[in-house]
Amino acid sequence: METLLSLIVGVLVGCGVYLVLRGRTFTVVLGLSLLSYAVNLFLFSTGRLVIGAPPVIAEGVSQYADPLPQALVLTAIVISFAMTAFVIMLALKAHAELGNDHVDGRPGPGDGT
Amino acid sequence: MSHLVLLPVLAPLLGGTLLLLLRDALPLSVRRWINLGTVAAQVGLALLLLEAVRGGDILVYTLGNWPAPYGIVLVADRLAAWMLLLTALLAFFALSAGIQGTDRGGRHFHSLFQLQLFGLNGAFLTGDIFNLFVFFEVLLLASYGLLLYGGGTERTRAGLHFVALNLVGSTLFLFAAGTLYGTLGTLNMADLAMRVAETPQENLGLVRAGGLLLFGVFALKAALIPMHLWLPAAYSATSAPVAALFAIMTKVGAYCLLRLGTLVFGPEAGPLRDLYGAWLLPLALMTLVLGALGVVAAPGLRRQVAYLVVVSVGVLLSAFGLWSASGISSGLYYLAHSTLAAGAFFLLADHIARARGDLGDRLNPGPRIPRAGLVGALFFATAILVAGLPPLSGFLAKLLVIRAALEGPAWPWVLGLVLASGLLGIVALARSGSMLFFRADGGAPSPAAGGGLLALVPPVGLLAACLVLLVWAGPILSFSQATAEQLLRPQDYIRAVLGPPTEVDRP
Repeated sequence: METLLSLIVGVLVGCGVYLVLRGRTFTVVLGLSLLSYAVNLFLFSTGRLVIGAPPVIAEGVSQYADPLPQALVLTAIVISFAMTAFVIMLALKAHAELGNDHVDGRPGPGDGT
Repeated sequence: MSHLVLLPVLAPLLGGTLLLLLRDALPLSVRRWINLGTVAAQVGLALLLLEAVRGGDILVYTLGNWPAPYGIVLVADRLAAWMLLLTALLAFFALSAGIQGTDRGGRHFHSLFQLQLFGLNGAFLTGDIFNLFVFFEVLLLASYGLLLYGGGTERTRAGLHFVALNLVGSTLFLFAAGTLYGTLGTLNMADLAMRVAETPQENLGLVRAGGLLLFGVFALKAALIPMHLWLPAAYSATSAPVAALFAIMTKVGAYCLLRLGTLVFGPEAGPLRDLYGAWLLPLALMTLVLGALGVVAAPGLRRQVAYLVVVSVGVLLSAFGLWSASGISSGLYYLAHSTLAAGAFFLLADHIARARGDLGDRLNPGPRIPRAGLVGALFFATAILVAGLPPLSGFLAKLLVIRAALEGPAWPWVLGLVLASGLLGIVALARSGSMLFFRADGGAPSPAAGGGLLALVPPVGLLAACLVLLVWAGPILSFSQATAEQLLRPQDYIRAVLGPPTEVDRP
């Protein structure tokens, strides 16, 4: 499970970084979303991976899941959700004001699609 | 437990919420006064807090009375109180410029302004890394709104870069916090400081990676090279009161570098001791050089001032990067001076740009400015202040930084580069001044040019604050010296947060 999760986080970060470095606002927004998914999974794993264990004290249970990363992930999800909404609106505004969806506001030569 | 520690966070939150809820019920003039009153109250609160911690006490506020390291704590020491006072003062003058028309551009200026202060004050007071992240997000989200306030293509383009960069920065922050939690099992800064010294050998690399990721995030906020490129575009494109308020934003990054560099990776961190030391000074000096070149090359006055902010970041972090009591002390004095001076300069540059009509702040010969004598004298005083010429506080601050550098092995670099960047700054500002005031061809300014005398009050207020820094340099410097010594003794902070070592329950 550890290998699988780390692979997922790695692939998400890789794709996210690649997309953030593209020249169009839409791909940048997608990249930022992938990065935030990756960091949420990563935060979740910092409390160690356990399956089927309760996060709060219960009777007759000896193994617990760490509740703190779960709280952190919730906070991070809320914040990244709001940020994504904001950056989408900003990208739309930039498209309306600058006339194109290039991140610098000007399509360069040979910068098709 | 004194509730005073919570009030600087609570006041802007309540004020901002109130302004948001009443935005349709109250006329703009009333909301202006409410906002100004809330900021003035924060100046008072910061003064009270400063008085409370001046003697060396470290006040800890445990929210909900959950004991650290399990609960959330706010910690007020000398450094936090100093930053709070500076923020509140700058905000007061920035707001008194903002209510002269900038706030008409939309509906949420006043609530965003208070939420920005909420994030700033929280970031200075918080005692754990995750809340630092949350307060960063609060201040960033408010700053996005303020930066874009009023609209315009230039602002939108700069805002897009600013937002995308800071979102990547936030992601890195979370990766760093997660790495530290995964290896050390805590997010409380005082607890981190205790556990980092006992890091087992196999986790050393991970903790180092987490710490340096944090360094990268704070370097992005502080506009340290190579992550300074967002600053000139963002600061020169936004409205003047917002740019003046943003003068404190880069200092948040510097504050975090200083806090974590002395507390968590401080003198007692075992093998991870001085983790930031090897990086901070060289990068700061490079920032200084590139900033100074930017000052010389800038085509407009506002962009020039923005590059001067980059230079001030370089000088400030060079002083912090010495990691000595005298270096940190001189850095804290320079921090106050450079923040206030940059705020004054942004406001003054905006006044000049508006008085020149269509030409704006471009450095070309243009029409004569109304009241050129007065504005020119203010420009002259501000330029002397920022360039660090005697007799104003800029000179004293730079002198202290250089004197602190002479104690360390890196003194030739610091001395040479600080002085050279000062020289470049003088040359560039002299050129701008003569272009703006002496080479005016006498053409009539546009009829709508400039604001009244009232528009000059906020920058004059900020300059007066710099004068206070100079006149009361003795007490202020002994305070900053005491602050530096407190920072280099992290045991006090740890004991204040976690209690005496025996009481701490260590699982």
